[in-house]
Amino acid sequence: MSILLNGDSRILVQGMTGSKGRVHTAQMLASGAKVIGGVNPRKAGTTVEIAGHDLPVFGTVADAVAATGANVTVLFVPPAFAKGAMLEAVEAGVPLMVVITEGVPVQDTAQVIARIRELGGRTRMIGPNCPGIITPEASMAGIIPTDITGHGPVGLVSKSGTLTYQLMHELAGEGFTTALGIGGDPLLGTTHIEALQAFEEDPETRVIVMIGEIGGSSEEHAAEYIRAHVTKPVVAYIAGFTAPEGKTMGHAGAIVSGASGTAASKKEALEAAGVRVGTTPAETAEFARAALAAS
Amino acid sequence: MHVDLYEYQARELFAAHGVPVAAGRIADTPEEAVAAATELGFPAVVKAQVTIGGRGKAGGVKLVHSAQEARDAAKAILGMDIRGHTVERLMVAAGVQIASEQYFSILVDRTERRYLSLFSLRGGMDVEQLAATDPEAIIRTPIDPLTGLTEPAAQQIVRTAGGTEQIAAALAPAMVHLWEVFSQEDASLVEVNPMILDGSGAAVAIDAKVSLDGNAKFRHDWDFWRGAESQGLEARAKALGLNYVKLDGQVGVMGNGAGLVMSTLDLVAFAGKTTGITPANFLDIGGGASADKMAVSLGLVLSDPQVRCVYINVYGGITACDQVVDGILEALDRVDQATLKPIVLRLDGNKAEEGRALLARAQSPWVKSSATMEGGAADVVALASGENN
Repeated sequence: MSILLNGDSRILVQGMTGSKGRVHTAQMLASGAKVIGGVNPRKAGTTVEIAGHDLPVFGTVADAVAATGANVTVLFVPPAFAKGAMLEAVEAGVPLMVVITEGVPVQDTAQVIARIRELGGRTRMIGPNCPGIITPEASMAGIIPTDITGHGPVGLVSKSGTLTYQLMHELAGEGFTTALGIGGDPLLGTTHIEALQAFEEDPETRVIVMIGEIGGSSEEHAAEYIRAHVTKPVVAYIAGFTAPEGKTMGHAGAIVSGASGTAASKKEALEAAGVRVGTTPAETAEFARAALAAS
Repeated sequence: MHVDLYEYQARELFAAHGVPVAAGRIADTPEEAVAAATELGFPAVVKAQVTIGGRGKAGGVKLVHSAQEARDAAKAILGMDIRGHTVERLMVAAGVQIASEQYFSILVDRTERRYLSLFSLRGGMDVEQLAATDPEAIIRTPIDPLTGLTEPAAQQIVRTAGGTEQIAAALAPAMVHLWEVFSQEDASLVEVNPMILDGSGAAVAIDAKVSLDGNAKFRHDWDFWRGAESQGLEARAKALGLNYVKLDGQVGVMGNGAGLVMSTLDLVAFAGKTTGITPANFLDIGGGASADKMAVSLGLVLSDPQVRCVYINVYGGITACDQVVDGILEALDRVDQATLKPIVLRLDGNKAEEGRALLARAQSPWVKSSATMEGGAADVVALASGENN
């Protein structure tokens, strides 16, 4: 089992014909993911060969969905065009939209989230500025390396791409149901809480690893949620204890404002909810193994 | 990257969108301040221009009644240090008669994932303090990103706070213009404290705070970047397109991915706890770092005279570690040899073994390989504190 993505997921790639789109589409195909084609209005009707697959290019997301039954879309669209591409996928009713693009204006994201709400939430958005989602040995939508680890009992949700890979590497011996990077922007389509809820409901996930970082209060809210609703063991890692106030640390959302958004406050909130918080990625992995052994 | 504007810059945006502001002039010297105050008429207000709050408490705002007082105030405020920010510019504003002071702001609500407006009839005081002591005095109203703030909605906000019809009618148009500043300028924050009603009952914004979303720069011709930019190494990094934050310590830190680099900073600080060793900087070189980018990045980190050694922490995702090592070796040749410092390198992930083998063959005296990210942090701290040297 897994959350949000499985071997039957039919993946459309918006921005497939660009250089990044090609590289990562090849990676997705190599993972066994069913990539059904791409969207590019200027190249509609043509096919593109990527990693030995002839992939059709559609003029619009709606055309692609009608022709292929695509139920996931991955966006490698430059920031200036991301809002248009996101709204196109939302209007077409694609159930899962994974936005890899870094640098999307926050008001564009806000408008897309508002439109998703207006349409009753039929589209789940992951990102922007995220590495995507992987269900090892079944499918991958995004840019996550597919050779780190295999299928297993750990579920992972993270704001950071490379820390996702680091923890997958540390827990390569255990394996994952699904690992999900929710992104580093101030506004995100999917939060820690929604991922926790999905892992709680997934019968095969036995331990949940949650990676957070400075900025906002997503981790504090997740702590409240865990206390009230999550029965499975959760272990966490928080990055940014040494971050100075008022500086953006790489991710647009990673900023400490006054006393809020600090790593210490997140750690405290999580520990108060019974979550073991590792000081290092390695210690976090140890906690996860201990929780598995006890479960 | 968000950009905090100075008051005089934010005030220009307000004026451009029809928000009523008090007359004001920029002054960079006491003479200019005197000329500005004389032109505007007394009393006038001399205000420090800094992109941080708390300037009033720090003595950075002074009401002046004569040319002599304007000169004295300007002399006192120019060069003043306000919470780490040096005052280099003043704004002189016309004094206005204040009948009442209100607070209004619009910001991005990260939790609810929409916008939020805050309004209070008790403007003029520290809003965070007000939120702590009397939270009910602040009216919190969500704003839908698709529909925005309308004049009836703005009036309702004022009435909910207990304002009269007259106050609501006077403030609402200015509040809608502030929404236009927020939405049309891609702001992440617009704040006015206080928004006053003057002797004639008209609304005037007598302070202006705006943060812009740097990601939206492509669709604006903002000219705020020079003034609002950070200085020194951070400015150089920005010009080079690098994601760099200067810190106070001795260990230069670079890696791929913001989360991994933040984590690396923490590991260095934890390992250095007993010896006082801390990170000198944050630098995310991003995915697919080329040899060129590696050289530029390493050069920047090494140009910080406080740096005693460097920790490069790479997890090869799509990026292959052997290419990273290629980049580092090339960078070692290209950077100013006089500035070179010992480097601890931790590689994992895609082609990590190939990368480590390549490094071993190169036999560089400058680079030591560590097997884990925790081990690398311990190694680099030992180097920085002079052990095993």
